Amino acid sequence: MAQLQEATIKEVKVQSPRATMYMGMLKRFLQNKLAVVAGFFIVLLIGSALFAPAVAPYDPGAQDYTKIMNSPSAEHWMGTDEIGRDIFSRVIFGARVSLQAGLISVAIALGVGIPVGLIAGYYRGFLDEIIMRITDALLSFPSLVLALALAAVLGAGLENAMIAIGIVLTPNFIRLVRAEVLAHREREYVEAAKASGLRDWRVILVHIFPNTLAPMMVQATLAIASAIISEASLSYLGLGTQPPTPSWGAMLSAGQGYLADAPWIAIAPGIFIFLTVISINLFGDGVRDMLDPKLK
Amino acid sequence: MVSFILRRLGLMVVILFIVSVIIFSLVNVLPGDPALLKLGQEASPEAVEKLRIEMGLNDPLYVQYFNWISNVIQGDLGRSYIDNTAVTEILKQKIPVTLQLTVISFFVAILIALPAGIISASRKGTLWDYSSTLFALSGVSIPPFFLGILLIFIFSIGLGWFPPSGYTPFWQDPMRSLMLMILPAITVGIRLSAELTRMLRSSLLEVLQSEYIRTGYAKGLREKGVIFKHALRNAMIPVITVSGLQVGSFLGGAVITETIFAVPGLGQLVVNSILTRDFPVVQGAVMFMAFAVVFINFTVDMLYSVLDPRIKLSGGAK
Amino acid sequence: MSSKDQLAVKNLHVGFQNKKSFTKIIDGINFSVKKGETLCIVGESGCGKSLTSLSIMGLLPKTGKVSEGEILFDGQDLTGLNEKQMSKIRGNEISMIFQEPMTSLNPVHKIGWQISESIVLHQKLSKKQAEEKAIDMLKLVGIPSPDKRIHQYPHELSGGMRQRVMIAMALSCNPKLLIADEPTTALDVTIQAQILELMNKLKTELHMSIIMITHDLGVVSEIADKVLVMYAGKVVEYSDVKTLFANPQHPYTQGLIESIPKLNEEQDELPIIKGSVPSPDEMPKGCRFSTRCPYATNACFNEVPPMISGEAGHQVHCWKYTECWEIVEKEGLIDAGMRETAAASQLIGS
Repeated sequence: MAQLQEATIKEVKVQSPRATMYMGMLKRFLQNKLAVVAGFFIVLLIGSALFAPAVAPYDPGAQDYTKIMNSPSAEHWMGTDEIGRDIFSRVIFGARVSLQAGLISVAIALGVGIPVGLIAGYYRGFLDEIIMRITDALLSFPSLVLALALAAVLGAGLENAMIAIGIVLTPNFIRLVRAEVLAHREREYVEAAKASGLRDWRVILVHIFPNTLAPMMVQATLAIASAIISEASLSYLGLGTQPPTPSWGAMLSAGQGYLADAPWIAIAPGIFIFLTVISINLFGDGVRDMLDPKLK
Repeated sequence: MVSFILRRLGLMVVILFIVSVIIFSLVNVLPGDPALLKLGQEASPEAVEKLRIEMGLNDPLYVQYFNWISNVIQGDLGRSYIDNTAVTEILKQKIPVTLQLTVISFFVAILIALPAGIISASRKGTLWDYSSTLFALSGVSIPPFFLGILLIFIFSIGLGWFPPSGYTPFWQDPMRSLMLMILPAITVGIRLSAELTRMLRSSLLEVLQSEYIRTGYAKGLREKGVIFKHALRNAMIPVITVSGLQVGSFLGGAVITETIFAVPGLGQLVVNSILTRDFPVVQGAVMFMAFAVVFINFTVDMLYSVLDPRIKLSGGAK
Repeated sequence: MSSKDQLAVKNLHVGFQNKKSFTKIIDGINFSVKKGETLCIVGESGCGKSLTSLSIMGLLPKTGKVSEGEILFDGQDLTGLNEKQMSKIRGNEISMIFQEPMTSLNPVHKIGWQISESIVLHQKLSKKQAEEKAIDMLKLVGIPSPDKRIHQYPHELSGGMRQRVMIAMALSCNPKLLIADEPTTALDVTIQAQILELMNKLKTELHMSIIMITHDLGVVSEIADKVLVMYAGKVVEYSDVKTLFANPQHPYTQGLIESIPKLNEEQDELPIIKGSVPSPDEMPKGCRFSTRCPYATNACFNEVPPMISGEAGHQVHCWKYTECWEIVEKEGLIDAGMRETAAASQLIGS
């Protein structure tokens, strides 16, 4: 009990310099104007996706055969598709799929990658060797091909696509976490913690894991961008989100056939994928510079 | 040096083994009964069961793996369920197509990345630098299928410069073959060139701070001489290492690009055979791709020691 | 400038230009180097001695700028030359060697290639001839079996050998002036002595001028003919080497010399110069050394000291040697008349 109190007191003491550190980080982030604009776009997109039914002017599935392949107008900002659906509404609903895919796939990759990487890096030895060779092997597959094969095994659909993409992203996180653990496990404070008789999992969780957070945040942000592209690719190939749910990849694929007559069908969702991904990348760069200005 | 190569080769064999296990297990949990697929939906259950035994599908998995891998080592990748052609024959047709696409794409990537990276690093903070940074950022952010579609829209449909899709073998009609390849090659190449530009820029910026660069100027070299004779080779060392790791995503880009532009290469083959559940073809094609990646990574490692004379010493000393 | 001057630097001002302001680092320095003479520029790090050498080479960092003054090389002002003209002089008529032999050679090229590069560049020899010349140069700087060494990479040589390679490279086009920026600082003491000996030998053999940048008075006593002592971007004392060691005038020079350990005397503690160099924005208005000078008066803080000349070109910038010092010391004030007296003062007994 006494020990616990001491620990709490220490926590309190470090709080104020920590607060100033966060302020400094925030300041650095706000200086990066592009990252701020990107962040603003992402927030806007997340908001529209969450409140899609309110934001979208039309039902994304509603077909209007009197308005087939209408070009963009005041009524239909991004035009209508081959069966008269409002593309803007479909793009807004499609954002749900893409954002969901990005976040959940990366969550899966983090969920598997962090513990495996921690264990591999902390215990080293034969187990580490096996884990690393498996990640090497997984990284030898072109990532899209592996995602494709996994999605085919699991069956087409958004959920399975997210699992497949999550698995494909996992080796990167295993490697990253392991490398960070290796860099920290020989440091004095870890040695001291071990010497004081702490259990392995406590040493890992309390003393090693927090140090891996900063690089992981950066990597995770960039992984969300690539997961969004992967999901759209799978949907484009017909192995991701299934109709009638609107998804950007499938919209592009459907629109490709009408490029000559109604290019907006394909181009509108394409621009949104591009803007989303570039914003996440810019935001990720901003986060990286914020956490460690030296990395720039 | 020899021990370094041997160690690296040993590692490669281990990775290839794991790759083969992964491919085998993937395909064997794919839904759908191969025997049923082969015989068609109307086949009687007895006939299917008979074929299952014949194909060894009832054996334990490790036996199946062993049979499969010993065939693979002997160069027998099985036969397509769809038309019974040997998988090796199919691969022989498809590989040159993808090879042509990737080689041209690679040139496109280098052709863009080298000048962009060099200008951007040597003119840091100028409009040139900002534009090439913006290009690099856009290049890694644009999904290949959207880029492909945009290119078709602008250059085929809009300007009519290139045919939108299809393939002609080079020896049949070199001109048409190239015309058909240009848009797909740009689609695949842009992403790599964006990555390379980014890496080359940061690597060059770091190298340009080195003292031997100052020595170069002190010798009386002009900026051009310093960059090309002294900075570039040093800057390429990390770029080549990292770009070796990009081979996988490069091939992945080819998969989707071939689908967009109807290029009958490995990528299209993989997509189609996954969609039709043609297991032996999926196995063969994916296996080939993974092997190519592993092999290229190995080559890049070797190339690295050629580029950087310091590596040899440490490898030989061990 | 006398016709025998190889290099004459006149009223040189150098600084860094950022977006809004110009930070002056070197503030009006003067010196000259005769043909065949060695000048040592001495001072603490940050006093502007390296910046001086980079200004002569025209190799200032991008934000660096010569804002005033002339650098006359063979009578030609180098500050007025463009990049193309300057590159014909660099490595050819003026060469430079640097502090870190470990990192000053390109790790991915063989040393033979690196030496012949400047030979091919400036002397228009063929590659084959240049390689032969490179072997000769390596022989000249005392590298054994040079015909084998040219096929080696820098990492295969020791630090001392690499510095010899740097020297060979610098001398390959028979420069009239060699600038050496702390060439021995990164080396072991025994190797240091060898390199200095080599430079002395080559100087007489090749009859070139040398500017040696150093913070080490030991090096100065080995190699210098003349010494320029710099402090915070200004010259404090300028003299031939014998006079300087026998009769240092400026309190800063005196401090430097006193802080050399002496073998024949028993010293409990080495005297040191207290304090540190003020940063450019807190520089005193008057004498820049005044914040650390044991003799400093109010006047020293506020008024730039005049240059006082003595015999044989000995120059010192210090109020202490003006004829009105006694009054200055007492009153701590300087008026116009005193300024005149001060400027006309002569250094006595040097």
